[in-house]
Amino acid sequence: MIDLSIDFAGIKSPNPFWLASAPPTNSGYQIMKAFEAGWGGAVWKTLGVPTINVSSRYGAINYRDTRMAGFSNIELISDRPLEDNLREMEEVKKYFPNHAVIASLMVDTREEWIQIIKDVENAGADGIELNFGCPHGMCERGMGSAVGQEPAVLKTIVEWVMDAAKIPVITKLSPNISHIIDPGLAAVQGGTDAISLVNTFKSIVGVDLDSYAPYPVVDGKGTNGGYCGPAVKPIALNMVKDLAQHQEINHVPISGIGGIETWRDVVEFMLLGATSVQVCTAAMHYGFGIVREMESGLRQFMDDKGYQTIYDFAGKALPNVTEWKHLNLEYDVKAQINEDKCIGCDLCYIACDDGAHQAISLSSNGNRIPSIIDENCVGCNLCALVCPVEDCITMERVDDGKKDNTWHERTENNTIPVTFNDDRAGGKGHYVPEPIEALKNRL
Amino acid sequence: MAEYKRPQSEEEFEYNFKPKKPLMNDTEAYYESSRCLYCYDAPCIKACPTGIDIPLFIKQINTKNVKGSAQTIYDANWLGNACATVCPTGVLCEGACVYNHQDVPPLQIGRLQNYATSHVISSNKGLYKPGISNGKKVAVIGAGPAGIACACELRLLGYDVIIYEAKEKPSGLTVYGIAPYKITNKEVLDEVEYLQNQLGFIIKYNTPILKREQLALFEKTYDAIFLGVGLGATAQIKIKGEDLENVVGAVEFIEELRMTHHELKIPEKVIVLGGGNTAMDAASEAARMGAEETILAYRRSKEVKGAYDFEYDLALGAGVRGLFNVTPVEILGNKKVEAVKFVKTEVIDAKLQTVTDSEFELSCDMVIKATGQAKQRTFFDLIPNLEIDSKSRIVVNENTNQTSNAKYFAGGDAINGGAEVVNGAYDGKLAAKGIDEWLKTKA
Ligand SMILES: Cc1cc2nc3c(=O)[nH]c(=O)nc-3n(C[C@H](O)[C@H](O)[C@H](O)COP(=O)(O)OP(=O)(O)OC[C@H]3O[C@@H](n4cnc5c(N)ncnc54)[C@H](O)[C@@H]3O)c2cc1C
Ligand SMILES: Cc1cc2nc3c(=O)[nH]c(=O)nc-3n(C[C@H](O)[C@H](O)[C@H](O)COP(=O)(O)O)c2cc1C
Ligand code: SF4
Ligand code: SF4
Ligand code: SF4
Repeated sequence: MIDLSIDFAGIKSPNPFWLASAPPTNSGYQIMKAFEAGWGGAVWKTLGVPTINVSSRYGAINYRDTRMAGFSNIELISDRPLEDNLREMEEVKKYFPNHAVIASLMVDTREEWIQIIKDVENAGADGIELNFGCPHGMCERGMGSAVGQEPAVLKTIVEWVMDAAKIPVITKLSPNISHIIDPGLAAVQGGTDAISLVNTFKSIVGVDLDSYAPYPVVDGKGTNGGYCGPAVKPIALNMVKDLAQHQEINHVPISGIGGIETWRDVVEFMLLGATSVQVCTAAMHYGFGIVREMESGLRQFMDDKGYQTIYDFAGKALPNVTEWKHLNLEYDVKAQINEDKCIGCDLCYIACDDGAHQAISLSSNGNRIPSIIDENCVGCNLCALVCPVEDCITMERVDDGKKDNTWHERTENNTIPVTFNDDRAGGKGHYVPEPIEALKNRL
Repeated sequence: MAEYKRPQSEEEFEYNFKPKKPLMNDTEAYYESSRCLYCYDAPCIKACPTGIDIPLFIKQINTKNVKGSAQTIYDANWLGNACATVCPTGVLCEGACVYNHQDVPPLQIGRLQNYATSHVISSNKGLYKPGISNGKKVAVIGAGPAGIACACELRLLGYDVIIYEAKEKPSGLTVYGIAPYKITNKEVLDEVEYLQNQLGFIIKYNTPILKREQLALFEKTYDAIFLGVGLGATAQIKIKGEDLENVVGAVEFIEELRMTHHELKIPEKVIVLGGGNTAMDAASEAARMGAEETILAYRRSKEVKGAYDFEYDLALGAGVRGLFNVTPVEILGNKKVEAVKFVKTEVIDAKLQTVTDSEFELSCDMVIKATGQAKQRTFFDLIPNLEIDSKSRIVVNENTNQTSNAKYFAGGDAINGGAEVVNGAYDGKLAAKGIDEWLKTKA
């Protein structure tokens, strides 16, 4: 029997699918509706100091026919009265005692932190999330990412909170920093029970070509927004991995956030160490119903692999994420084209010729099916990535799989190339056409 | 049984002749354009007789550079809008789209082309200005697709151009011959007006050039002459009864239909003679005009008919009945046609033979002869040293479209014996460049 329930730093939840603190968790109405739809937890839209929001709040990146591949906002924390939020929180807990309701908080002074923690504990919150992420507006007032970018300040505030809180505390990190380890370590040193990441990325999603202002345009002006959605997933995954591999951090659980929309995203975050996931953009795009696809896919995956709980596979990819120097330099793959599937778009040809290693030649018999020049193929994958047909170009292993020789090992054995003319250098002897061949049509 | 009700009003006519390739809306164009793979050295471009850079114009639609898209189209083809809906795209560009090889529907190139070009025409966004005048003058005979294309290109190159047209409307068979469910009169005329507004060539309507003296004057006053006269009236089939009332030529029938729409009265039973595209069109059109029964009679088998299969299917879809391996021997009637006497045919030793004692009569109220258009032989005879081939087509140099009489250039149906609008568009442009080169070397 598959059991999706989790115990995240003491916060119990029927499944690992949580709504991130954002517009979908702005009210008790939305959260109850989400729980009905199948979400296991919700991080309440950040509560704290009074704010005012602007009109025109979102912008997006559309890629071809894909809407909202990336999403940006200039919204602040909750602009609803604190009392209303607390009353609704109590009501949600009454109907859903076993679901996770986590209060996201952002205030300024120590007194304010102590007071608001007491308020949400009284309202029945199962946990607290500290919002040190918001990269617009709130940071101008010394909160949000202004804290997330200063590990020392962050640590102090976490200490205040840990001192005051009786319920589990999650510290939510800002990704607007070059080393995510720094705030991660500061949070752990401050005593946090768990970490969540990422919040949004400082961004400009586009510029309006008529008003000359960044999106979203507010009366002729704009400001940097917070970027999220599918486009940020790769960066978020890497940050989650950084923390999950760190010896002094990885004893606290991690809630993964950033571009999660499908069960595959969920599993990937978990394989890199997350034990709960949070979703914002996907819920804003498609509504709460998308959780059904996530849940069914996750169950299918666990069933196929024989896992009972998510803890059976959480972090399973971490040992395989290593440094470049530990990669096998003898491993050799070459592209192979399945002629029965090929539709003759010749995109692989031009991609390899212009953007890679001149290892694909055009068909000479007019059928437009190109062929791989094995000697020239370095196994970079570009052609397989551009090919529009499923499984048409595959990368086939051609080495015997016996040797395992890494840069690290070679350094130890003193067999690394030391000059460019060294026969052991990578590109030495590799075929490239003569420059003049680029002009063959002109000559 | 008739599939169509007799149209009593313009609205009912439009209903029966609903466009086969309706204009896309913005959303459809956006999604459809997203699908294009941007193939390298794309096969669709090669399959277009005018070589439009199809992936480029599709990408321009996708990036909302619709004007740029239209420019890409018009740079290659002066009848970009007409071709978009009248071209047999299934055997041209769309037939070559790589998606066909994966049983995925090809890009709807024609409809995208219509989207881009309709946009500039309906919003009257100009793309071209006449070239700086070079003081030279060219006469164009015939305002069909070939003549219009030639005139546009010549104006771009700085020539003064006057087109002499026998009829009262421009665009030749595009307005007088092509089926109304492919293109409307308004669409045809709007495109010509759009081009004329930008490039300022003059069309003298109702001005047939029929006499040697007229041509002699042209030879004196113009630097070059372009012949875009197309084909002539429906040829005689030379059987008894051909002069009876209600025995009409297909081209003449369609011309009347296109000019009078619902006012044209079709009798109950119609027999169309022929197996080419014109026969399919005429039969389809008779059925759509509400004929009780429309029979398409062709002397050879279905398999070897000249028409495209999709045109035959279109006719069948309109309720037409196909009758193959029969040839008319006499049209019967007293003043008015009453029946056609046929004899069955078979192929013996690769020769079409009539079957003895197989005669039969089919009653009808109208006979439409779609048995080919006569060539402009008498007109050609007015031009000294004009080489004509055995099929009465003008012989040209295929790189310049210059005829054996150096001053004359030609293109369109007059040189190919009857093809498509797109071929005329290509020819006209090529001839203009040929004229320009010739006059430059002469000077
Ligand atoms: C029934 C029918 C259906 C067709 N359907 C399609 C279709 O769906 N798609 C497609 O692409 N093509 C179609 N075609 C073919 C297409 O219409 C022709 O290939 C195209 O119009 C040829 O262009 P053109 O300029 O050579 O000749 P035309 O279009 O025939 O134009 C010749 C012009 O010259 C004028 N002219 C002739 N002699 C003289 C003279 N002596 N003096 C002055 N003017 C003169 C004529 O009045 C006419 O306007 C169809 C043709 C027919 C008959
Ligand atoms: C409109 C909007 C408002 C947000 N407000 C908050 C907030 O109040 N508190 C917070 O911690 N994160 C906030 N976020 C960040 C999200 O919780 C989440 O970290 C981020 O959107 C990444 O997840 P996603 O890719 O699933 O959207 C907001 C995001 C959006 C789009
Ligand atoms: S794997 Fe890289 S080098 Fe090899 S054929 Fe493909 S694109 Fe070229
Ligand atoms: S990209 Fe794929 S489909 Fe296109 S030519 Fe190459 S192998 Fe064939
Ligand atoms: S063949 Fe099809 S997919 Fe390729 S460029 Fe042409 S329209 Fe696009």
